[in-house]
Amino acid sequence: MSRYTIDRLSSRIVFAFGVISFVILILIAGFIFRESLPALRNVGLFNILFGTEWYPRYDEYGILTMVVGSVMVTAISLAIALPLSLGTAVLLAEVASPRVRGCVRPAIELLVGIPSVVFGLVGMVALAPLIAELGGSGSGSSVLAASIVLAVMVLPTITSISEDSIRALPRTYREGALALGATHWQTIWRVMVPAARRGITAGTILGTGRAIGETMAMVMVIGNAPIFPDGLLSPARTLTGSIAVEIAAASGTHQSVLFVTGLVLFVMVMIINSASLLAYKKGAH
Amino acid sequence: MRLSSRITGRIAFGLIWASGGVAVLALLFIIGYVVVRGLPEINLEFLFTLPRGGLGGEGGISSCIVSTLWIIVVTMVLLTPLGLGAAVYLSEYAPDTRLVGFIRYGVELLAGVPSIVFGLFGYAVFVTVLSFRFSILSGALTLVCLLMPYLTRTAEEAMRSVPREQREAALALGATKWQMVARVVIPAAMPGILTGIILCIGRTVSESAPLFVTMGGSSQMPDGLMSSGRTLAVHVFYLAMETNALEKALATGTVLVVLILLTNLFTNWISERLQVRMMGVS
Amino acid sequence: MDPKIRTTNVDFFYGSVQALKQVTLDIREHHITALIGPSGCGKSTYLRSLNRMNETIAGTRLVGEVLLDGEDIYSDGVDVVELRKRVGMVFQQPNPFPKTIYENVIFGPRVLGETNKERLDYLAERSLKAAGLWEEVKDQLSKSGLALSGGQQQRLCIARALSVEPEVILMDEPCSALDPLSTLKIEELMQELKKEYTIVIVTHNMQQAARASEWTGFFLMGELIEYGETSELFSRPQEKKTEDYITGRFG
Repeated sequence: MSRYTIDRLSSRIVFAFGVISFVILILIAGFIFRESLPALRNVGLFNILFGTEWYPRYDEYGILTMVVGSVMVTAISLAIALPLSLGTAVLLAEVASPRVRGCVRPAIELLVGIPSVVFGLVGMVALAPLIAELGGSGSGSSVLAASIVLAVMVLPTITSISEDSIRALPRTYREGALALGATHWQTIWRVMVPAARRGITAGTILGTGRAIGETMAMVMVIGNAPIFPDGLLSPARTLTGSIAVEIAAASGTHQSVLFVTGLVLFVMVMIINSASLLAYKKGAH
Repeated sequence: MRLSSRITGRIAFGLIWASGGVAVLALLFIIGYVVVRGLPEINLEFLFTLPRGGLGGEGGISSCIVSTLWIIVVTMVLLTPLGLGAAVYLSEYAPDTRLVGFIRYGVELLAGVPSIVFGLFGYAVFVTVLSFRFSILSGALTLVCLLMPYLTRTAEEAMRSVPREQREAALALGATKWQMVARVVIPAAMPGILTGIILCIGRTVSESAPLFVTMGGSSQMPDGLMSSGRTLAVHVFYLAMETNALEKALATGTVLVVLILLTNLFTNWISERLQVRMMGVS
Repeated sequence: MDPKIRTTNVDFFYGSVQALKQVTLDIREHHITALIGPSGCGKSTYLRSLNRMNETIAGTRLVGEVLLDGEDIYSDGVDVVELRKRVGMVFQQPNPFPKTIYENVIFGPRVLGETNKERLDYLAERSLKAAGLWEEVKDQLSKSGLALSGGQQQRLCIARALSVEPEVILMDEPCSALDPLSTLKIEELMQELKKEYTIVIVTHNMQQAARASEWTGFFLMGELIEYGETSELFSRPQEKKTEDYITGRFG
């Protein structure tokens, strides 16, 4: 086969691959939407999204408790993880010696790949009993346990991306500030971290996405109770966990509502993505 | 002013070292806890016996290991050509139109969607509509959908970062477009592409949610594409939630951690070897 | 005798921006023709239109005639890939592939379909010798091309271009990224190469043009202001703009 034939053939084949991937994209989005329709029609988006009672057996399909659960756990975990990540990132990029960095950084990269069930397991076996003793309730499965587990899960992600961003800054930033008489800390805090904020934001967004999307670890430590958490020690349920535990036994409207739940997650990710794009463009000065 | 800024600096650095310490401690604790309590449970019997179930979580993880291997192979066989093909298209052949921009945006978006949503999709399409039932095939197809955006994006970035001058040099020598892509761009992007592929294998091993809802969770030894099964990660979940065999769960967790560690090391090693071969220096 | 390349009334557009205006120029066989002018004057654009490399950029358009051995290379049915075998190019930044030296040199013949190992070895040795690099690398052919110094990398790129046995070699500021010693080596190389090939070189270094070429064309803002024998153009330029440029009044 002449190389000209191969050239023509290959551009057709490659185009086919492009089309296939496009089709898959559309299929996924379309299917989720289609399966959501029955519930949206029979129960209504408002009732689902803002309903406070989740009793599928009695046709109650309110997922607000789970929205609150997801948001709360994500927010608290970020509140814990962000300062720690930033501190660690600054430590590795600016403060620690190359030897220390050589030990710590690979450990952090390793943790990005650890399966979530392992985090959930440790949370269940080591953390929850601890919390049970502090709070007195049964197993210790709680918002607090879930938040801590999530914080530990997103910490490596935010840390590594933030550290990369700080390291990628031109040396002139640091040297210029120091030459003006700023202390090391002032340089870090007033010059380098702000300069790296695009990357730090990107890392945070990624971490947030991971937090919202976490499923199995949440099922293991949050208690799966579809109620409004009345404190850190209260059990709760996330949107993701809800889908995982209910899907096998659900049918009809119940199943359709789970798809609506998936749609809600989809939309949340879209909002987060768009927020990050905006932050990206704004920070481009 | 001078004095207070020095004190601020000291406090700040103290906090920085503290947060680093907390981070490292937390991380060490997790790995340490799992390995210390799990390692004693691991022996040849554990690795080669079937899980027998029951509240005590009797047995081992042999079927889980095999299921995991099945899932890795089937997923990667389907995922790699699809992901790379789409990446080649987006990087080298796609025109600069709105539609293509839309595809890119869609790929970006899907890369961030929670894995359970893919599990939902897989359950509805592969398990139910296509009647593949709870099976390795359903699980693998679901993972292909989950990982394709990631692999496509990674491979595309690797290819795009090949400098324009390299492509021009190839064309100026009389290469056809495909020859340029296949003999210059893809080889030059290979470190990034391979890293992406190996990371996908890692994610296949780590994923639990989508496989939990599409593979069925059978603890039997799988005998084919259509068998139900459970991977190591899913098995950890079952052990934790349905039995009190926590040691076994931790042992399975240890196996997973070791696998991930090996995957990471392998990725680094391959990257370095390729760099040396391509650039002459590391 | 007919020129190797003849361009007649060439206009070139990047989208709506006109980069070349009515350029008419003959390139003589077995000579070195230099194209000089300030940045952005169109000399590189002109060079790249001789092997249709501008087509790799979207939205470009050429009007006019570009004849290679009397045939218009822009007419329908011309095989661009074959054209680029006949008209080779060396770029400003040395750009060897991240492959071995050997793989770099025989890339061209390979993609053109040559599979015979002995022939490839022969071509590799011949091209590396012609580029003046053979003695330095003959024992290290499996070393990465990127492990060489800048000057060596550029000579490797020249060897690579030679291995497809072109008729014309286009050089786009080939020495601007190199040290003076490497530059000198390449200029000497060019004098050797012109015996077998036709060379067109774009340079922003006037001394280099004066030293190395026999014919020189001066470009300014997309137009060919003057074209003539190098010695004449530099000592007795006919256009005032040429004289201003040569004497350093601008550019």
